[in-house]
This record gives sequence, C-alpha cells and structure tokens, in this order.
Amino acid sequence: MALYIVKRLLSALPTLFIIITLSFFLMRVAPGGPFDLERPLEAKVMENLKRVYQLDRPLWEQYLIYLKSLLHGDLGPSFYWRDFSVNELFARALPISMRIGATALGVALVVGSLLGALAALRQNSAADYAVMTGATLGITIPTFVVAPVLQLVFGLALAWLPLGGWNDGAWRNSILPIATLALPQIAIIARLTRASMIEVLRSHHIRTLRSQGLPLRYVLKHSLRAAALPVVSYLGPAAAALMTGSIVVETIFAIPGIGRYFVDAALNRDYTLVMGTVILVAVLVVLFNLVVDLVYAWLDPRVRYE
Amino acid sequence: MTGEPVLEISGLKVVFSTPDGPVDAVRGVDVSVRRGETVAIVGESGSGKSQMMMASIGLLASNGRSSGSVRLEGREILGLSSRELDRVRGRRVTMIFQEPMTSLDPLFRIGDQLAEPLMVHGGLSRGAAKARALELLRLVGIPEPERRIQSYPHELSGGQRQRVMIAMAISNNPAVLVADEPTTALDVTVQAQILALLADLQKRLGMAIVFITHDLGIVRRFADRVYVMRRGEVVEQGETARILAAPQHDYTKMLLEAEPTGTKAPPPADAPVVVSARDVHVTFKMPAGMFKPPHLVRAVDGVSVELKRGQTLGVVGESGSGKSTLGRAILKLTPAAGAIRFEDRNLAPLDRAAMRPLRKSMQLVFQDPFGSLSPRMTVGDIITEGLLVHEPQIDRAAREARAAQALTEVGLDPASRNRYPHEFSGGQRQRIAIARAMILEPAFVVLDEPTSALDRSVQREIVNLLRGMQERRGLTYLFISHDLAVVRAMADEIIVMKDGLAVESGPTRQIYEEPRQDYTRNLIAAAFLSRRAEAA
Repeated sequence: MALYIVKRLLSALPTLFIIITLSFFLMRVAPGGPFDLERPLEAKVMENLKRVYQLDRPLWEQYLIYLKSLLHGDLGPSFYWRDFSVNELFARALPISMRIGATALGVALVVGSLLGALAALRQNSAADYAVMTGATLGITIPTFVVAPVLQLVFGLALAWLPLGGWNDGAWRNSILPIATLALPQIAIIARLTRASMIEVLRSHHIRTLRSQGLPLRYVLKHSLRAAALPVVSYLGPAAAALMTGSIVVETIFAIPGIGRYFVDAALNRDYTLVMGTVILVAVLVVLFNLVVDLVYAWLDPRVRYE
Repeated sequence: MTGEPVLEISGLKVVFSTPDGPVDAVRGVDVSVRRGETVAIVGESGSGKSQMMMASIGLLASNGRSSGSVRLEGREILGLSSRELDRVRGRRVTMIFQEPMTSLDPLFRIGDQLAEPLMVHGGLSRGAAKARALELLRLVGIPEPERRIQSYPHELSGGQRQRVMIAMAISNNPAVLVADEPTTALDVTVQAQILALLADLQKRLGMAIVFITHDLGIVRRFADRVYVMRRGEVVEQGETARILAAPQHDYTKMLLEAEPTGTKAPPPADAPVVVSARDVHVTFKMPAGMFKPPHLVRAVDGVSVELKRGQTLGVVGESGSGKSTLGRAILKLTPAAGAIRFEDRNLAPLDRAAMRPLRKSMQLVFQDPFGSLSPRMTVGDIITEGLLVHEPQIDRAAREARAAQALTEVGLDPASRNRYPHEFSGGQRQRIAIARAMILEPAFVVLDEPTSALDRSVQREIVNLLRGMQERRGLTYLFISHDLAVVRAMADEIIVMKDGLAVESGPTRQIYEEPRQDYTRNLIAAAFLSRRAEAA
C-alpha cells in the first residue's frame, strides 16, 4: 500500500517535468515580456531589470537556473508583484482559496448526493423532476450571474450577509462565495449520483436484497456505496479545479485568493508566477487523482486485485 | 405427495406497460405447491415463467402490474405493501436467481451479506449472525468457510457464489424456495453439485422448491410435478413421470423432442487434411496488480488436433478449460506457439497482414448472438462486410444478390437485410452470424458455443442448419461447446479439455459410451443426457 503510493508519486515526476519544460518554453514563445508597459521603459532601466531577474542570460541557462531553484522548493521572485516571491504570494492566497474550495466541495458532495439519491429512489416523480430541473439550471447558469444575484438578494435586499471582502476569514464573509462555487457542483454531483443510482437499483444484487425482504435502509446502504463510484472519479479533477480558486468568484466577492493570479500573471507575462500556478495545479491534480484511486480501491474490492 | 398447499397461485395475471402498449406476460395461471415438494415450471424464454414467480413475491419491474391471488401458507400476499412484504420475503419465501455472478453485492464481504437477513428477520446480533453465517457456509459446502466468510464475491467461482446465494436463501428456514434457473449459467458438473445440494437441503429442511427451468433433464431428475408454460399460460401440468412419458399438449411434445438428435455421417477415410495443429501452447502473462505479482497462465498446454475435409471436431470442457482459446489460437487470433497448418500452408510465420487473405477461408461464429452483431449496421451490411474486404471487385448488385442468397440459405427472409439486429430473436441473430461467416465460402469454421445462448428448440434448428450446410459444402468444423447433447449431435471426433490439456480424445461414440477418464465420465453424468438415461 505505502509502496504503491510511493510508486505512483515517483511515476508522476516525469509528467511534472514535461509539464514544467513545455510551459517554460511556451511562455517564452509568447510575444512581450514582464516589463513591456504601455509607455516603454528607458533602455537603461530595462537592461538593469533584465540583469536583476537574469533575463539577459541565454534561454537554456535561464531554464537550468529555474530548475535548480525549483529543486530547492523556490518558485522564484514574482516579476509583477516585485516585492514578493511566488512562494510568498502562494502562502498568503492559497489557504484562502483552498478553504473556500474545499468547503464548497464538501457541501456539494453532501447535498448533491442526497438530492441525486432522492431523485433516483423517486424516479419520474415530482421530486425527481424538481431535482433534475434544478440541476440543469445549476449547470447552465454561469457563476457570474449567480454571484451578483446572491449579492443582490442576501447582501442588499435582505442585508443578512456582507457583499464581499474577506475580513480575515469571518464565516459570514465566506457563505456567499461558497454557495456560488457549490451550486454548479451540487448540480453535477446530483446528476451523476442519480444516474448511477438508478442503474444500481436495477442491478441483480439489489434484487437479491429485495427478495430477502431487507428494508429500505439496507437497500440504501448497498446502493449508495455502488453509486458513489462514478462520483468519486469525478471528484479528483473537480477538487483540483475548485481548490486553486475561481477567478470569477474571487473577483466578484473581492477575496484575496489565488484565482486572480492566474489571469493577472498570464496577462502581465509574469513568467515565474505563471510557472508557479502551472506547477501548483499539476501537483494538485496528481495528488487528488491518487487520493481518488485510493478511495476507489477502498470502496471497490475488485479494483484492489487488478 | 399429499401435503397441504403452502403456495397457491390462482388467476395470476401480469401486464407490463411498454411504449408500444401493454404486454401480457402472464395470462391467468393457477399453480399450487404443497409443503416439501418440488414443482418445476418449464417453458422457453418469454413464456412468462420467471415473471409469474417474480410477481408472486412482489419483485416485478416498476412497469409491471399483477392481479389475481397468491396465498402463502394461507395468507394473501399479492398486493401487500412493500413493508408488509418484507416480513414475508426472506422469512417464509425466498428466491435464488439465474445470475450467480451478479446476484451478490461486489462491494461487500459475503459474511456481511449473509448476516443481514439473519439480523433483520432472525433478530440476531451481528456476532451471532456471523456465527450462523459460518454454519450456513459449511452447510452449503463452501470449502474453508472461516476464510471464505471474509471473501468478496469476485474471489469466488460461479458455483460457489450460487452456494452463497442458497445459504442466504435458506438462512431463515423458508417454507418455499423459488429457484429461477439457478444452474443455467454454470458448468454441467457444477450444475449437478448445486442440484444435489438443493435436493439434500430440501430433505433436511422440508421446504418446498419451485424450480423454474428450461432443462427437461433437470425436471426429470428433481421435480415431483411439472407445469408447462407457453406464452403466459399453463398448457399442461401433472406428475413428472406422467408428463414426460405421455405428454398431451403439442407444445410439451415439442419441448421433449427438442433435444438435438441424430449423429453426423463421418467424412470419407481418404478425405484430405484441412487443418492441423501440433503442440499448441497459449500462455497469458497476467500483469502485476496493486497487491499482486505478475504470473503466467497456461490457457492451452500442448494440444494437437487434425481436421479432415467434412469433419467436425468437438471440443468440450468446462469454462476456463481453454477450449475457446484453442479455437482462437488455430485461427491465429491469439498469439500461440506450435505448428499450425491450413491446407498446404504453414501459418506459424504469418503476420496479421499475411493472414488476411486466408481469413476468407477460416471463419468464426461466436457464442453471443446479441453482442457479436453491430447494432448500428443493417443485416445486409453486416453480412456483406467481409465481401468488401475479400472480394472488392464485385459490385453492389452482386453483393446484394449474395446477401439474399446467404440469408435464404440460413432460413431467413432475404428482405430482412435492410433491418437491424435488434429486430431479431436470438436464434435469428445466430442465423445472421452464420450467414456472415458462410457468405465468404470458407473451408474451415470455428463454432464457439454457437447454440449456448439459445432455447433448446432453437438449438435443434441451428444444429440442423449447420449440419446441412456442412454436408452441402464439405465444410470442416471445430465445434466448441460445454453442452454434451449438442456436441453428440454435431461431432465425429471429440477432444475433452481440462486446465489447458487435452485429457481424452477419440470418436464421439467411444467418448460417450466408454469414457476412459473420470473427468469425462463426470461431465457426461452431470449432463443428464435424456436418451442415454432412458436407454440405461
């Protein structure tokens, strides 16, 4: 088991290396640089800046320098937020994004699977149609519509919750962003759960339970576990996406999370920050996929022996 | 048999509402089962025999409606709420099913699954239920029950899983056990063991068994009384001996005669050898899993065969014996070691591209007529696809003509070539699969369990069709089957396979009448071959 985890992590290293190399050179192929402003800098200033950030060296040398500092866990200085290193930026912003993302995912998992299971058990009833209509709305209405509507209703009209801001992580400030992030996930998870649950309820082993006269809670115990399998597979990539922050949500609710760095960094050619976010997302995807596989094996004994 | 009735079904009707309108699956049947007796419900697929029993204990699919009366130990149970039914099911009446592979939850240990009905109906604590589960596993003859109680279903064979199902079904001493084709998916020797187990448990526990089956061999051995069903109605009923000896209804007579009969005339002694394979080995390397080292499986271990023009070689054995792999190896569809010759050519050095021109002469028909035809192609396109590859020079009109001719030869309406596979029954689909192979005018055809998924009466037609085509065209068959009745009707010679080895081979008559190996004797004894039983 431990050996398996180590093996999986080791086998992810070449993947990470390829991702790092590709994004390093792709980023440099894009026209423009971190110091190209609308009003060009003086040549002397530009030269100094480039020397300080070692951009005057040949590209391959910059690449080796970057790899070397990576090995020491140093993601380099940010070119745009010039007083901060990428590590510092992440240390401040990542926990905020992860907290909101993880809570949203947790809420979505509980609410989504309950709604999905309810819809499957009452297939083609009013409850089923209500859940499915809600799920379709949740998937189709974009967050940049949901977020302002929530602000209008709960922030302005009812004035129950603050409109935005982080306020050092006060729980009242995080309710609306979490709700905005969770709604589409609830919709997706409810649909996934409903579909797999309907299939499980028709399966032979559920028929066995019914022929044995076992009450509903046994049917639920057996069918929920089987129906969880496709949901678990979905959770890996979803978790990586949610925990690295949502640009829309963090911008609308003015949350100092990591999501907005993605866009800012790319637009400003902040090479090290772009690389840092790419590596962060890649590592999270690898980790969450590993967690998903372990949970899957724990749920399904057949996978353990393949 | 004069016991009081324990299960009385009267005027039971089952209707399914479908998008094409209501379908009457059961049209008013009366069945009575007395305490401790075995009643067989016999019929072909679609006769409503399973749906009748499912309806009786409230297990119909959600689009099914039942009406009439079902009295269990004097109490009306049809129309009970599911809560009330749950107090009867599992306690007084239980059911085991045709699909042992999928009837247990793959995600839970069998000990936990066995304990649940004991805790719910017997009021046992978890610990007491586990102890009783162990006793039950021992009772149904699971080896090493202390270890097996911790197993997951996929770690058990099909026969063992059915034993676990039986253990679960008898765990609360029911008055009635409904067994819906419990051995159809199992090998014949396993089938015999399961049937013996059921008969033994019945004697010990005194429960009545309702046996739903299409297999008259099982009926003959085990049932006290028989109900013959056809299209949702009981056409004949009575004591087993009377029904089998003097059937009144034409349908019963047809069922009794449906077992494939006759034997095949052997090819002339000087017929040329078409296919020879010497010392064939197929080894699969199983990759390492999360918790398992890699290992080798010898699927075929040094088997030699020789087939003359017009000859049929039967390959029999239980599942996993390597018989299908042998067929694929001879066709070079799976990598194999050994000398394989077709007519005058050595196939061993040929790669895929070099094999392609030969494929026209070496065809394969599969077991599953539902999975082996593309659902998105018309029947005409399916059977002419091979012509596009092997005879690209012929034009569309000529292909159509060949397709019509091939369909006529297999007994289908040539106009059906514009229809899709799902519009056909299992037997008709198997005819389409045969037409697809035969349109290329092959010399050698591997028939891999072509009749196993079909009803007996349809099997007989397919056997006759295959024999007729062989006679007309001088075909050579490799006929793979676990069904000894069908093999007897098809093959000149037989090889018996076990664990990748050919344990016995010889002319068909000799194998059936003077088997030398215990394994072969067991296979034959377990098959309940009816005519043999009558002659003996």
